[in-house]
Amino acid sequence: MAMRELSGAELSAALGQAFPDAVEEYDDTAAWVRPSRVRTVAAYLRDDPSLDFQFLNSISAVDFVEYFDLVFHIMSLRQRHCAVLKARLYGRNELALPSVYSVWRGADFQEREIWDLMGIRFEGHPNLKRIMLWEGFDGHPLRKDFL
Amino acid sequence: MELSGGQGPLYNRTWGIDREEGQTVNELIAASTEPIEVPFIEVPEDLKNNLLVTSVDALVNWGRKSALWPVSFGLACCAFEMMATAMGRFDIARFGMEAFRASPRQADLMIVAGTVTWKMAPPIRRIYDQMAEPKWVISMGVCATSGGPYFGSYSVVPGVDHVIPVDVYVPGCPPRPDALLYGIMELHDKIKKYHHLRKGASVPETAGQSSEVGDA
Repeated sequence: MAMRELSGAELSAALGQAFPDAVEEYDDTAAWVRPSRVRTVAAYLRDDPSLDFQFLNSISAVDFVEYFDLVFHIMSLRQRHCAVLKARLYGRNELALPSVYSVWRGADFQEREIWDLMGIRFEGHPNLKRIMLWEGFDGHPLRKDFL
Repeated sequence: MELSGGQGPLYNRTWGIDREEGQTVNELIAASTEPIEVPFIEVPEDLKNNLLVTSVDALVNWGRKSALWPVSFGLACCAFEMMATAMGRFDIARFGMEAFRASPRQADLMIVAGTVTWKMAPPIRRIYDQMAEPKWVISMGVCATSGGPYFGSYSVVPGVDHVIPVDVYVPGCPPRPDALLYGIMELHDKIKKYHHLRKGASVPETAGQSSEVGDA
């Protein structure tokens, strides 16, 4: 049986009941949530029985120069559906958003990698150290302005 | 000079001179050498057909080249070609090398197969130092040789010879198993030329070591 992809509108409608102010915008593929609410939204997505997103596929970060997009691919094996959650961070320095490590344990290494290569901090992560590069490396090399 | 002998052209009338010259040479040989006893070395009857005489260099080098044990050291995609080299189709066992050791202390050869990052450089250096002498290094693929497509990258060593000395470079991205086997055979040729009492047997000064000892 195929995996059903929740559109941004569906995800937004599902979240709108519990968090009226959390969703910033949505399109066909994803819904953007306020970065400060990411952890609470993630916990709700995991625990709500009709949503049941108990599995985190991946976290990635995209540098659009003016802003960064954090992309969470999540899915439910029981409900057989998946969705894309995004969070937009403006600016280039002192970027931070709440860690989802307490919701999905698999976020551990991926958040460390995003901190290492993109320079986005995850507050509440138990061990936010560089994972690929060595301690003392200058800069975050996957940023567009890294030379 | 008196010509004697036969008739005809000049070369046919000099036999007397030629024989005289030959007799002089024979007398000189007899006066200045002693005949070699035959047999030169007395080999006891029970050892005949059981002895092989060679030089120590040839014997030791043959032993070393015929059982090079590589340390399993795959860093990136080149490692798959290295594994293919070890499997039946290319069969590194033909060279007595099928025993890829998991411990550097049991290995003679390090095949650096793949991209070397600066974070991986200290472990490479340590594994190389842990290998027992004599030891050799093959740099497999362009990444290990020069950084390859990652030359100038923020995290890639521009050639593993910045960290450890290299004997044979095998180019390719990745090299086919044939190329690696050719590199191994070149290394065999190199090992065969070692002289154990001369400087050729010593490991050259490495890039990573300080040269304090050499200056003394």
